[in-house]
Amino acid sequence: MHRSLKGLLPFMLLAAALPARAQSGGELHFCLHGEPKTFNPILVDDEASENVRYLTGGVLIRMNRQTQALEPALASSWEISRDRRTITFHLRKGVHFSDGSSFTSEDVAYTMKLLMDPQTHSPTGDAFRSSEGAVEVRTPAEDVVVITFPASIAGLDRLFDQVAILSAHSPKKEMAVLGPFFVSEYKPGAYVLLQRNPNYWKQDAQGHSLPYLDSIRLDIQRNRDIELVRFRRGELQLINRLDAEQFERLRQDNPAVAKDAGIGLDAEELWFNQSPAAPLPEYKKAWFRRTEFRSAISAAINRDDLCRLVYGGYAKPAYGPVSPSNHFWFNSALQSPKYDPKSALALLTQAGFRYEKDVLKDSAGNSVEFNLVTNSGNAAREKMATMIQQDLAQVGIKVNIVTLDFPSLIERMTRTFDYDACLLGLVNTDLDPDSQMTVWLSSGENHQWNPNQKTPATLWEVEIDKLMREQASAATDKERKAKFDRVQQIVAEQQPFIYLINKDVLLAVSPAVVGTAPVVLNPQAFWNVETLRLAPGLELGAQK
Amino acid sequence: MKPARMLRLASTGFLCAIFLAGLFAGGITHYSYATQFRELPNAAPSASHFFGTDGLGRDLFARVIYGTRVSLLLAPAAALLSTLIAGVLGAFAGLAGGWCEKAVLAAADLGMALPLLFVLLALRAFLPLDLDPILSVVATFVLLGFLGWPSSLRVVWAASRDLRNSEFILLAKATGCPPLRILLRHILPNLRPVLFAQFWIAIPVYVLTEATLSMLGLGVMEPLPSWGNLLRGLEDFSVVSANPWRTCPLILLILVVISFQLILPRQEEIA
Repeated sequence: MHRSLKGLLPFMLLAAALPARAQSGGELHFCLHGEPKTFNPILVDDEASENVRYLTGGVLIRMNRQTQALEPALASSWEISRDRRTITFHLRKGVHFSDGSSFTSEDVAYTMKLLMDPQTHSPTGDAFRSSEGAVEVRTPAEDVVVITFPASIAGLDRLFDQVAILSAHSPKKEMAVLGPFFVSEYKPGAYVLLQRNPNYWKQDAQGHSLPYLDSIRLDIQRNRDIELVRFRRGELQLINRLDAEQFERLRQDNPAVAKDAGIGLDAEELWFNQSPAAPLPEYKKAWFRRTEFRSAISAAINRDDLCRLVYGGYAKPAYGPVSPSNHFWFNSALQSPKYDPKSALALLTQAGFRYEKDVLKDSAGNSVEFNLVTNSGNAAREKMATMIQQDLAQVGIKVNIVTLDFPSLIERMTRTFDYDACLLGLVNTDLDPDSQMTVWLSSGENHQWNPNQKTPATLWEVEIDKLMREQASAATDKERKAKFDRVQQIVAEQQPFIYLINKDVLLAVSPAVVGTAPVVLNPQAFWNVETLRLAPGLELGAQK
Repeated sequence: MKPARMLRLASTGFLCAIFLAGLFAGGITHYSYATQFRELPNAAPSASHFFGTDGLGRDLFARVIYGTRVSLLLAPAAALLSTLIAGVLGAFAGLAGGWCEKAVLAAADLGMALPLLFVLLALRAFLPLDLDPILSVVATFVLLGFLGWPSSLRVVWAASRDLRNSEFILLAKATGCPPLRILLRHILPNLRPVLFAQFWIAIPVYVLTEATLSMLGLGVMEPLPSWGNLLRGLEDFSVVSANPWRTCPLILLILVVISFQLILPRQEEIA
């Protein structure tokens, strides 16, 4: 062996052993992609504030982002009544806020009162409002809270994952927290500094206080390219979300830091405008209302090519409204979408369309041509639209791509209905189907293909309305799942939304960070922040 | 032959070749600009694909040639339109002086103060969605031409104001020459170098503006190529470094701009 290599050997062995010898302490650096609008956890409505709330807020029940199961947090146990209106929490004893004040049932009652107060306009509180009427909160003991809602709420316990408990008595108000960190410094436009909460209630298996880290510095950085450059320079240790191109670039340079957490919850989809109010020719409306037409379009689109060419292979063909990464609610009986232009043409012929000289015509002789709108500035969607255009040309359909700025697009989608088809993405942050009520109920404003219907336009929409209402009031999750499985089945058959792809969740983690286990749920890279450690000597600059 | 003249001839020849290639694109390449060879994304240049392929497997040579047709015909047309408006209004303002001059300059200032992209976005929102892509492109460049004159006007106006007080204009006025004749026979010919410069400068500006507009949904729509939307493919440095042949449209744009500059008549030659 060369002499210089011999000399390096002990250091190389030491470096290889580093992850196992991670230590407590140190400061983790990563970015927020916008200014946090509030540090008040019940007013959170943006991603940056949501991340700060996750890192600082103490909740009664926490959803384990890896197993997707609910776990006790500040509540050591809880029970839900049979009518799903009342939840009783048994709180941990001896827990203190970051400022030293004690945590009692009064704090939970105070938080719920603020959360449900209409004057507060809490977005988190909106999830609990299923009907008119006041919420009753009783505190029979210091460690027992009983909350009764005016009507049953589906997935009631899961909603408490978002409710960070505020102190009823602390003079520090919302800055007194029960989470692993507290906000110690905030410089608008620059950074948020979080310090370790010395009173955090959780301990590891060996009885050591958590979290291991001393502090977290969240730099405010909107530009994702700069974030990537800073990560490469070693100034940051995590990137919570990367697009496919950035990820591939990083993977080629340093495969060890690029992490693919798997299929995400978000989907890209296409739908046809079926609104009766749409200023479209009647023959077009008739096409769009036909199930065979929509199914044929779905069969004519090559989803594998979309995944491969637009997302570099970091996406999977979408089955339906629920991603396979949603372990409980995904209907595994759904068939994977198949690319089959021949069966697409057969379906169209069956529906009365004629394929003549490379042009598809309806029974009245109108050439099948429609505009496909999407938002401008999104290169991936524009590429998808271009590929769909070529795919549909093979069955004689002419597609005109139109990109519009977002306000114009929303105006057309929600007010004028002046468009034929739309290609957009659906952001899914919640696993429970109850959060999609406004999408599936025919009266919902997000029922995009035909929103705000007074009465359902089709029989299958009648059935979806019924199933969605039934699942919301079903007694058990098993019953709810059966109902929602049927909804997914109907959507797959009727194709009101033609689901195209589910993107992978891509992120970057420096080797300096020990204990990460990337997941598809937010916050993907740091959901287990309390058990993250920094490898000694590798705090910053590790991935240079 | 002098080197400058040789360069000018070479530039003229190059520009003519590019124009002709754009006009007769269908005869130069047998590939369609829209056909996707999906098994060959980001392919390197080869005998079958001279400039390689883009991310969707489309022949880059065909896209550059067809893109030339869009950009090199429409960008000069828009530049001509804006230069003509700037020339007429600027010369008139410089010659007339007084409240006419103030009104034209105020209109130019207002034009420059308007956020061009937002005005164009608002106009796009009014256009019907089923507008033919070619008509959409033409509309875009016409709008660019109509909205792009104020910056040129300032330059033209400054030059014509200098001319207003020159001896030959005073002499023309003294001999009873009517204002329109002074404008057409004396002012505009003397503004020719300024107008030429503005025209040549405006061409690459419009090509690049169209690229920006494409990003905002107002420019040339896919799959129709233009130099603008081909340049958009260069946004991602990793793609460019991995596929250097993707810089072909950029190199072509640089060569065309240089050629335009080289064929510009020099000040002393005009004099």
